[in-house]
Amino acid sequence: MYCQECQQRPATLHFTKIINGKKNEFHICEQCAKEKGDLIPGSNSFSIHNLLSGLLNFDQPLSDSNNPQPDKQVTQCDQCGLSYTKFAKIGRFGCPDCYKTFESKLTPMFKRIHGGNTSHTGKIPKRIGSELIERKKIDQFKQKLQQLIIQEEFEEAAKVRDQIRMMEKRFEGGS
Amino acid sequence: MSLEKFISDAISPWMKREGPDSDIVLSSRIRLARNLENHVFPIISNEQQADKVNRQIRKHYENQTYGNVGVLSYIDIDDLKPIEKRVLVEKHLVSPNLTEDPKYSGVLMSDEEHVSIMINEEDHLRIQCLFPGFQLIEALTLASGIDDWFEEKLNYAFDEQHGYLTSCPTNVGTGMRASVMMHLPALVLTQKIHRIVPAINQLGLVVRGIYGEGSEAQGNVFQVSNQMTLGKSEQDIIEDLRGVVIQLIEEERSARKNLLESSRIQLEDRVYRSLGILSNSRIIQSKEATKCLSDVRLGIDLKLIEGISNTILNELMILTQPGFLQQYAGEALSPDERDIRRATLIRERVKLEKNNE
Repeated sequence: MYCQECQQRPATLHFTKIINGKKNEFHICEQCAKEKGDLIPGSNSFSIHNLLSGLLNFDQPLSDSNNPQPDKQVTQCDQCGLSYTKFAKIGRFGCPDCYKTFESKLTPMFKRIHGGNTSHTGKIPKRIGSELIERKKIDQFKQKLQQLIIQEEFEEAAKVRDQIRMMEKRFEGGS
Repeated sequence: MSLEKFISDAISPWMKREGPDSDIVLSSRIRLARNLENHVFPIISNEQQADKVNRQIRKHYENQTYGNVGVLSYIDIDDLKPIEKRVLVEKHLVSPNLTEDPKYSGVLMSDEEHVSIMINEEDHLRIQCLFPGFQLIEALTLASGIDDWFEEKLNYAFDEQHGYLTSCPTNVGTGMRASVMMHLPALVLTQKIHRIVPAINQLGLVVRGIYGEGSEAQGNVFQVSNQMTLGKSEQDIIEDLRGVVIQLIEEERSARKNLLESSRIQLEDRVYRSLGILSNSRIIQSKEATKCLSDVRLGIDLKLIEGISNTILNELMILTQPGFLQQYAGEALSPDERDIRRATLIRERVKLEKNNE
């Protein structure tokens, strides 16, 4: 099979793009791929970022057509100066604040990358996150309390309630 | 320098230890991506900003000792010659990314080379722990401990919703990439791999060649790692990955057993031909070398070949990369010269093994 771009060299790169259910197959040679700046396995010039920017650019028109309210005002991060266009192009944030700046546009992207997930459930830094860890622990105990009340295990529930009180006291005292 | 000494210096100390299931799992790796708050990410930082981050990290952690990991020494990427950079990449101690466009970039490394912490890669910090064999949990425990230690003195960029904030949206959340390097010759030989890989991909895990993103599987060595970093805890990610790796190990073992039962003589033929090529060739390209090394390693694991240690694959896969060959030669080599060098090195290495018997 010859490269569909130059029709001269054999196609060594085969990939399929699916956009909105429409399938497009590509068969190109390495040279044309390089010229187009497309993916070339092994050469390291292809990375997840190229794919990502595809996702991000594709997000825009879709969300615009779905909800017409203009959320165009967030086009640049105050902290680092990265514009949304640049972010979409390089597929990477410029600083931690970008997460807040571009928040309204990120959820669909995170969902797509992380299998539908949008919130962190893993480790919390011990020092700077100590308050959060404590707060999460209290939430867990409160859930346990509800459970116990439903199951009418009042004696156990009273114990848990006291534990929660103690934790809350410590929490307020500590912060 | 004698070959023995060169190999011994070239191979990371951690690689010389044997880990669990090392007939199939070559190594386990955990990488945590972390950033400092109130600093722009390396991708857009200027020299001054990058320098500041570099200094802040080194101020607290250069030449410091962590538990039984020992001292962390700092290597500045800009101080390295091109060949030395390449060698670090080939040993998987730093990413290609770190050496391509260094901006106050460096690495804090343990003597055993099983802990390497990259500074100013795509993120401010990349904590990496490497273990021989199948030891994901051990690697996570160590990486997480080092992470806690770094957090004592550095303020990480973290928020409740998104977790650890990273430059690339594919790392946000746990910032963790867990990966396992596996030698799966029987699954390739029986073509089962073609059915297994797509199935694994559907589980939110990725399978790829050993030099990471986009690289081909050389010598039947595959890297299996997690894709998702957001929405699952570190432990759950590791458990999912472990589950798949255990299954792959079983599949590979049963495929090896079947091959041995159904076509022993063909397998022996293949293995000994490859050993023949490695022991006798005068010119060998990297692709052929890794293929033969994979066959010989399979032969060793199945006890078809005796008297050659099973570390030969791990060792020579690294030593026959262009960077190492040039370091051994002490000069830059053209691709043709490398192929000659590679053949010589492999021949000598195999001979060394026979002498030690």
